[in-house]
Amino acid sequence: MFKKLTLGVTLALALGAGGAQAAGSEGHVDDHAFSFEGPFGSYDQEQLRRGLKVYTEVCSACHGMKFVAIRSLGDEGGPLLSKAEVRAYASEFVEVWDQSLNDGEGDYREALPADHFPKGGNANAPDLSLMAKARAGFHGPAGTGINQLLKGMGGAEYIYSLITGYTGEEKTSAGVTLYENTAYPGGWISMAPPLYGEDVEFVDGHKNDLEHLSEDISAFLMWTAEPKLNDRKRAGLVGVLILGFLTLMLFLANKALWRPIKYKKD
Amino acid sequence: MGGIPHDHYEPKSKSAKAFHARLPIVGLLYDTLMFPTPKNLNWMWIWGIVLTFCLAMQIVTGVVLVMHYTPHVDLAFASIEHIMRDVNGGHMIRYFHMNGASLFFIAVYAHIFRGLYYGSYKAPREVTWIIGMLIYLLMMATGFLGYVLPWGQMSFHGTAVITGLFGAIPFIGESLQTWLLGASAVGQPALNRFFSLHYLLPFLIAGLVIVHIWAFHTTGNNNPTGVEVRRGSKAEAEKDTLPFWPYFVVKDLFALALILTVFMAIVGFMPNYLGHPDNYIEANALVTPAHIVPEWYYLPFYAILRAFTSEVWVVQIASFVTGGIVDAKFFGVLAMFGAIAVMALAPWLDTSTVRSGRYRPMFKWWFGILVADFIFLMWLGARPAAEPYATFSLIGATYWFAYFLVILPLLGVLEKPSTPPTTIEDHFNAKYGKSGAADAANPAE
Repeated sequence: MFKKLTLGVTLALALGAGGAQAAGSEGHVDDHAFSFEGPFGSYDQEQLRRGLKVYTEVCSACHGMKFVAIRSLGDEGGPLLSKAEVRAYASEFVEVWDQSLNDGEGDYREALPADHFPKGGNANAPDLSLMAKARAGFHGPAGTGINQLLKGMGGAEYIYSLITGYTGEEKTSAGVTLYENTAYPGGWISMAPPLYGEDVEFVDGHKNDLEHLSEDISAFLMWTAEPKLNDRKRAGLVGVLILGFLTLMLFLANKALWRPIKYKKD
Repeated sequence: MGGIPHDHYEPKSKSAKAFHARLPIVGLLYDTLMFPTPKNLNWMWIWGIVLTFCLAMQIVTGVVLVMHYTPHVDLAFASIEHIMRDVNGGHMIRYFHMNGASLFFIAVYAHIFRGLYYGSYKAPREVTWIIGMLIYLLMMATGFLGYVLPWGQMSFHGTAVITGLFGAIPFIGESLQTWLLGASAVGQPALNRFFSLHYLLPFLIAGLVIVHIWAFHTTGNNNPTGVEVRRGSKAEAEKDTLPFWPYFVVKDLFALALILTVFMAIVGFMPNYLGHPDNYIEANALVTPAHIVPEWYYLPFYAILRAFTSEVWVVQIASFVTGGIVDAKFFGVLAMFGAIAVMALAPWLDTSTVRSGRYRPMFKWWFGILVADFIFLMWLGARPAAEPYATFSLIGATYWFAYFLVILPLLGVLEKPSTPPTTIEDHFNAKYGKSGAADAANPAE
């Protein structure tokens, strides 16, 4: 009986924890298949590059990413831009304040790869560095959240659902225009629909309708939130294999060690 | 050091003898490692090793994290992101530390409920039990202090709620809260001292762990039958026991490796599963999260804290009798700490003469309900403070107290326990059969 109970405790601990996350969520988030989900998932480099383009041409007008260094665009597991591309990308941000310039008076200069993504133009727009980890997507089955193992955290799904979740309804409240959104908690968000489809052109002619653009930017923001995901999953897999092998060896060792002691009756 | 007769270290060479005469540390290690352990221990006796490993892992990963962390309100959150992005392997070390806390608590709850079922808290092991409870309290404090350090939204607002508990104490509460925080609100002084204490407490835990092991090495381990090892002579003791090395070391390491395989899968594939997304938002005093939910390991006691609202008659009576000094908030705080206190008092509340729950037909059921109650309270702790959860929490909290204060004392009188085996050897042989060899206890030699 006790063994069953302890199994129950351990299971329920996990379930209870999932419940903790479930609290406080409202708004409708649909599941969406991304390449980086599941134990074997990894980022799609081409998709991250497309997402970067969407971020640069649309999101960055208002939002910033203060925790993400521009140089990290050249990292393995990310968009993997070449050194020259990273330098060229950084120089697109022409107004970075540098206090050390002009004999300590400070001046504006072009961004360098070592700089982080600068702030956007809207002071009220939240920083997007960690957005994909700061929002919970879904918690199934039965509020346990265990499907995270296969479906990821759900933050990318939240972003996808938010961008595609505008109903077209608007209202003005205390001088602020609010837009109805099926994914946003409370249902009304102050961000105007950022994408409509065909907002960004890709050189390779990749589809740029609303769904595809939303998917690309969601994947990109998952990468900015969790840039080491590929490394982590690889480490997890190697770790599980090594520890699994060690477990097997210790199981056999334990069995051999106790065999003369546990002398079964015929 | 134990009361169970066994072989002791005998230095052989001249230099070993000389060293032993000056510092008997090899003898201490030998006696600890070769300690006679009941041979019938089941798989619930592996949590000690898991817990020791967790403590070591948390200290090692924690020391590395501190090398890159900055305890400053403007820099703490960014320094965590620096660890996650720029420090070599930093993301793995941080996820090990984060999920390591959860593994630590899963293991400690399994360990505590093991003790509650098999009566490990009963005489002569009360001191071991009390030290264990102190370790558990320090773990809760350490876990909370550590959760503050990333300086996310949950860190910040959770700190306000938890230190607010001390603020509920009549007369001195407000000054006490200010003293704890080092200011009237959560801010830089709180972050600095929490950082300092989060680094200190694990070493206090390590000290208590040594005392915990010392205590049960003096009394000997409990075992599933609750029957004591025979100590009349070394030969007699050897029929009931096997040396810790290699028999239990290998068994425990196997269990540890299995648990770590699952742990590695969680760290590698779903490291944020047990965390809260709000803690990836930098602390902001002006925006309060919709629901402030503590980490899962506090939830049962958080549910007890919230169960006693001003509508509960016990609270109203307490308030009336004390002239309003004990209000609902303070009552809740007392209930929360009381829930742990009654557990610590279990050795004196349990009146049964039989130690192990295995031979207590009524106790088994009440214990089963207690485990279910603990899980139920954990679930309730994550629910919003509204009906029907408030009533459920009250029922759950009531059972928790009733189990320790009413059921345990009464069962000893009402229950007719079955007869445990006379010796551990009998129990072991009944399960595995008797070896043909004359000396079953020492076949390896």
